[in-house]
Amino acid sequence: MKQLLFSTALLAIATTAVAQDKPVLTVLTYDSFASDWGPGPKVKAAFELTCQCELNFVAAGDGAALLARIQLEGARSDVDVVLGLDTNLVAAATATELFQDHGINDVDFALPIVWDNPVFLPFDWGYFAFVYDKETVSNPPNSLRSLGESDLKIVIQDPRSSTPGLGLLMWVKSAYGDQSGEIWQGLSDNIVTVTKGWSEAYGMFLEGEADMVLSYTTSPAYHLIAEDDASKAAALFDEGHYMQIEVAAKLAASDQPELADQFLRFMVSDGFQSIIPTTNWMYPAVVPEGGLPDGFDTLITPPKSLIYSADEAADARDEGLEEWLAILSQ
Amino acid sequence: MAGHSQPVVKFWPGFVAAALLAALTLGTLGAVAVRAEGWGVLGPADWAAIRFTVFQALLSAAISVGVAIPVAKALSRRQFLGRKLLVTLLGAPFILPVIVAVLGLLAVFGRNGIVSVVFGWVGLEPIQIYGLHGVVLAHVFFNLPLATRLILQGWLATPSEQFRLAAALDLSAADLSRVLERPMLRDVLPGAFMVVFVICTTSFAVALALGGGPRATTVELAIYQAFRFGFDLGHAALLALVQFSICAVAAGIMLWVRVPHASGVGLDRTVQRWDARGKVSGTIDAFWISLAAVFLMLPLFMIIARGAPGILDLPAHIVDAAGRSLLVAFTAALLTIGLALPVALGAVGLRRIPWLAGSLEGVGYLAIAASPLVIGTGLFLVLFPIANPVAIALPLTAVVNALMAVPFALRALLPAVAQIEAQYGVLADSLGLLGWQRVRWLQLPRLRRPLGFSAGLAAALSMGDLGVIALFSDPDRTTLPMQMYRLMAGYRMDEAAGVALLLLALSLAIFWIFDRGGRIDADR
Repeated sequence: MKQLLFSTALLAIATTAVAQDKPVLTVLTYDSFASDWGPGPKVKAAFELTCQCELNFVAAGDGAALLARIQLEGARSDVDVVLGLDTNLVAAATATELFQDHGINDVDFALPIVWDNPVFLPFDWGYFAFVYDKETVSNPPNSLRSLGESDLKIVIQDPRSSTPGLGLLMWVKSAYGDQSGEIWQGLSDNIVTVTKGWSEAYGMFLEGEADMVLSYTTSPAYHLIAEDDASKAAALFDEGHYMQIEVAAKLAASDQPELADQFLRFMVSDGFQSIIPTTNWMYPAVVPEGGLPDGFDTLITPPKSLIYSADEAADARDEGLEEWLAILSQ
Repeated sequence: MAGHSQPVVKFWPGFVAAALLAALTLGTLGAVAVRAEGWGVLGPADWAAIRFTVFQALLSAAISVGVAIPVAKALSRRQFLGRKLLVTLLGAPFILPVIVAVLGLLAVFGRNGIVSVVFGWVGLEPIQIYGLHGVVLAHVFFNLPLATRLILQGWLATPSEQFRLAAALDLSAADLSRVLERPMLRDVLPGAFMVVFVICTTSFAVALALGGGPRATTVELAIYQAFRFGFDLGHAALLALVQFSICAVAAGIMLWVRVPHASGVGLDRTVQRWDARGKVSGTIDAFWISLAAVFLMLPLFMIIARGAPGILDLPAHIVDAAGRSLLVAFTAALLTIGLALPVALGAVGLRRIPWLAGSLEGVGYLAIAASPLVIGTGLFLVLFPIANPVAIALPLTAVVNALMAVPFALRALLPAVAQIEAQYGVLADSLGLLGWQRVRWLQLPRLRRPLGFSAGLAAALSMGDLGVIALFSDPDRTTLPMQMYRLMAGYRMDEAAGVALLLLALSLAIFWIFDRGGRIDADR
């Protein structure tokens, strides 16, 4: 019994974080943001130069799973800032009452819509799109409907755990309204698998497990700029492309409220925004001083952009999720 | 007055352990039931998950048992170099971490795996592993060996005189099958089928890694999704009740059809079969044995081949995760013994009060029908108001892992305790060797083997477990199987293979150390 107590105690010690001298700001984000090749390391280095603190990114799956993770821990969480929700989740996140106003009103955002949400602050945006390899797909579809009619294999993300997956739900709903069920019926036999997050899906596409992957119009810029590979492209769809605006907010129960404010302020400054295009491969929320990097001009620009307000998105999400689950589980 | 000299109160540790076990299984189920939404809320996707759970389990059990029949038959009557190794290997999947096997299967059957490459040479499309067939494939990989062992036992239990008699009577193959084989199979197959079925209904890690979206989701996976994706506690609790019902029904059927006992004793010999002398039957047997051997060994070989180059320079966070996993495994092993031993001692010591002994034993076996995710959900509901579940994820994992290993430990300990009591009980009573003294001087020294085996099993199962940790894990403070799953999900397959090899080695080593420890200067 003594051994038993001893090893339980040991386990408890091992799970407790080691005490730090500098204050630690914990930011919960999605996997690809915190990864070695994402914005995480550069943002950490840049912010730590100014804050006399330690910035700690904790990755927890894809964007939509972040919200569930915060609810799982409730007010006891060590997390100070959540970075990586989007407009489709804002209503649900606000309803948890776990987040607090940012109080930042003087930023000149380069967003396609006016931003006035008091709790959530945008850090980047983009258009969802299906990305393919020009060498294997010679005749890409020009709409969600024609994609469903083709025999192309696609990988998408689960709308319950991933913001792109949720984005596709919104895309279908906002473009097709009452006909959204038909579109999903059409897509259903094209789907190889539904992944938990964007990273998994994009990895599968790059490994050749599918012809197209749900990603962003900006994804080909990564291959062009970072890998000097012009073979990837995003298919332009006639019905328009749904937009994503990615946001962050601080938690009401944060034990580092000043540092959290400082971080949010940093997030909309040039130091953070200039890192975004070539690490997160999205459009920055505020145009950096040097403008967009070369290569971004080669990207497609949707003739029509679709987006729901936070409240519309909340309704569309419940309805769309039920429909999606019913059709895809058959 | 032998047997009455030990009063009921002397067995209080057994009752305490049984109360803890009941709290963890029935108590968490109660918490879940209180919180669950009404049955009416089950949507089409939930029904699809229920159908998929049952269907894939039926299919997995049918294929595992169907293939196991010819393999066991071949093994029962052929002696060849490596037979002993193959039979030993048939016992290995039990302690093989699921996620490691999945990676090995991907390397063989995935889109870039060996089979697809070979298909490509002859102009065939690569195969697709995600979805129903991937899930069933992985389940067959794990359960074909178990089914083979169970059926092999049946074949070897048939007295060789009967085969000799059949040969003397010059029975045809069809007659032999009618008179000897079919009755034996009728006896053994239902039990083997049900064991595999029950194991497959609680599948989580396989469905997590190889499921193909809402179309290939098990109920366990749906619980995880309701929890981690939507934080819909009422729905998670409802699904947990569904999962418990499936397990309870399956376990009920299992009690009803007799389950054969896979002791592993005597599997090293073959039966002399006069009907096996023909060339055709020799070729058929060789085919089945090679098929099973290649199917079981190739994925493991791929893990070793792909993982070996990277194992020496694994990053620090992987080494940390390995340390945490070892700590969880050791804790789980101690907890398992701490729970199972008092229950076993109580159940045997109180055998003169059958209802009491029976209840103790019954509570010990409850965990068979429990699902880790149901317990995890229940624990969360109970603990959430008082603690941050993410901060205590590792102790929770150790507790749930320990609980799941208790039935196996009881199965090893109960007969051993009963034998000691039968041999030395009267003598010990007459010497007044009671309570702790009796445990210390009489039982513990003689229980080293089953204790070592149980602890090893619990530690190895815990080491490779990817279940309840997925509910609460924090990526920075997680276990080795969880880290491995993350690497796989991110398609970093070479790194994942290195971690897989480490995990495999640690699981086998930890089992071996405990099991060996139990055998050192064993009381013979």
